[in-house]
Amino acid sequence: MPLVKNGQISDDPFVHVADGAELPADGAILIPAARFLEDPETLLRRAGKTGVVWPNNRDIDDLVPYLDRLAAVALVFPSFRDGRAYSQARLLRERHRYRGELRATGQVLRDQFVFMLRAGFDTFEVKKESDAEAFAATAKRYSVFYQPTGDGRITALNRRMQLRHSESAGQ
Amino acid sequence: MYAYDELDRTLINERVSEFRDQVRRRLSGELSEDEFKMLRLQNGVYLQLHAYMFRVAIPYGTLSSKQLRQLAHVARRYDRGYGHFTTRQNIQFNWIKLTDLPDALADLAEVGIHAMQTSGNNTRNVTSDQWAGVAPGEIEDPRIWSELLRQYTTLHPEFSFLPRKFKFAITASEHDRAAIKVHDIGLRLHKNAQGETGFEVLVGGGLGRTPFIGKTIKPFVAGRDLLSYVEAILRVYNQYGRRDNIYKARIKILVHELGIEKFAKEVEQEWLQIRDGALALDDAVIEEVRSRFTYPVYENLPNLPEELKKAAHDPKFEAWRKNSVFPHKVPGYAIVTLSLKPVGGPPGDATAEQMDAIADLAEKYSFGEIRVGHEQNLALPHVAKRDLPMLWRALDRIGVATPNINLVSDIIACPGLDYCSLANARSIPIAQEITRRFANHETANLIGRLHINISGCINACGHHHVGHIGILGVEKNGEEFYQITIGGRADEHAVVGTLIGPAVRYGEVADVIEDIVEAYLALRANPDELFIDTVKRLGVEPFRERVYATR
Repeated sequence: MPLVKNGQISDDPFVHVADGAELPADGAILIPAARFLEDPETLLRRAGKTGVVWPNNRDIDDLVPYLDRLAAVALVFPSFRDGRAYSQARLLRERHRYRGELRATGQVLRDQFVFMLRAGFDTFEVKKESDAEAFAATAKRYSVFYQPTGDGRITALNRRMQLRHSESAGQ
Repeated sequence: MYAYDELDRTLINERVSEFRDQVRRRLSGELSEDEFKMLRLQNGVYLQLHAYMFRVAIPYGTLSSKQLRQLAHVARRYDRGYGHFTTRQNIQFNWIKLTDLPDALADLAEVGIHAMQTSGNNTRNVTSDQWAGVAPGEIEDPRIWSELLRQYTTLHPEFSFLPRKFKFAITASEHDRAAIKVHDIGLRLHKNAQGETGFEVLVGGGLGRTPFIGKTIKPFVAGRDLLSYVEAILRVYNQYGRRDNIYKARIKILVHELGIEKFAKEVEQEWLQIRDGALALDDAVIEEVRSRFTYPVYENLPNLPEELKKAAHDPKFEAWRKNSVFPHKVPGYAIVTLSLKPVGGPPGDATAEQMDAIADLAEKYSFGEIRVGHEQNLALPHVAKRDLPMLWRALDRIGVATPNINLVSDIIACPGLDYCSLANARSIPIAQEITRRFANHETANLIGRLHINISGCINACGHHHVGHIGILGVEKNGEEFYQITIGGRADEHAVVGTLIGPAVRYGEVADVIEDIVEAYLALRANPDELFIDTVKRLGVEPFRERVYATR
């Protein structure tokens, strides 16, 4: 499965460690939330980077105490129809000021890229090679946005207000 | 009318190009049907019994003549020459080809029309009072807020994959013509004790297999806070709405399961954290949107012009005027409803020729503006009263002057088994037969206001729960049966109707409706007591007796 990070197809430095599988001594890992919460302090002291795969039906408040020490948070789209992780992503970025890697995992298709970028995701485990290759073009598909989110893109309403101001300044 | 600017136009063109790419990927096999299904639904494309159905949004029910002509063009060029106006201020085309869809969308985009989010599990077309901006006594034009909400909900990055569909309706009048109590979020503009304008917010209304009347979650939300409050509701719903069972996924079930107090508390907590954020609307922003709505420059006209006095001698004109012409906030003007319910016709259908003709008449007599109501009729919102006789003759010629507005033959019906793959039973032929039974205008007038709503399945697209008489098609052992409810209503006193007894066969429905109406005529306290009030006073029992005594 191709990984898109910073807008480009990249090698994935993280290894997904399943429940019950042995933990590697070093190297970057992504581990399931339940396993992480069993002993977060030990895990966060590991030599390698640690990230957590957070399910979309678990309150992210439980993760908040560890955010500044996590290298990555992966939010899950069990199906692209299930949009809970968009809310989690915005809360992590906009309310809890999480600045680390925010990864989308699960059924990630090209048609969600813009929504995901706007919600604060920066890394994508893309299901299909062709979608990963189309990332750069797809991300540029829209130039007008109606809603303010934490991604900093200016909204249509604000652009209009700016236009008004510049018009009146020019008069 | 709201005038799109370059930004609005750019966005819908970008959406058309995205959809064109999605269709291309489906046709090349790059997208599976399962993947494509959700993507096409996000853009109003359903797969029906015979073909794709394409649902186009008419936000808050306002159309310009130019836009209506373009809808006629789409009907003619890509479909079979007609369109069907729905209960949610949309228009549907029933026979469109997948390969034609991107071009049809591009044609519509030229006039600022789109199909974004007219289906799928997202925030749907924002609907409003079809008399917005012209109704006497209105608090203010609710379309300013409808437009703000339209923009806010369009391609929302967080709420495009909700547990289930999500519908908004707004009214600013005491009499609710937008059915806000049967929407996921209903908004009623009003003034509080301090004289400030804001919204009563209702949540959790909806029909379908588990009907609920919306409950007030907050009695007053200031305009400044509207979007942040809506975002708080949507965020709670997105996270906690059920996703395990499609029939329990609407917000009404979450509100019901948590209870309105607990749900309101969750929303309040969320809202307090975002109310002063980027969604807060300052006055300048609201004014910016308001400034892009243009209003006609009305003339100073007599309220009872000579033309009207003269035409009053024509009983046919008078019958129509008394039935279909409504008071306007400006003296000398009127709101005219155009009946899309001809005797024997499918409710809500209009041919391309009718649409073109109505667009011309709107230009001539209504400042180029047309409205679409949830009752599946059209309206011309700014007609000078002196023009009424001329307009009537023209409307009559094209078959949209049947004087049956709000009467027994002004039926709301879904497409039913004639088109829809979800339906269990036919709706349209039932409606057609009932209109034939009550074709006599004097009889219909004698009966008075009576709304019949018909759905061909439990999904309730024909709003049967809130019809004064509701008819619901069900299937029993491969045969069409119909359950009859009475006493429902969708206005400010919204209530779900009560079942009168066992379901009846297809062939019996019109007889049963006649029986119910006859029972009402015999039972009403006086000729001014409406059907709905008689049912309220007496309950369903006398109607049940009348219907089932001989069956």
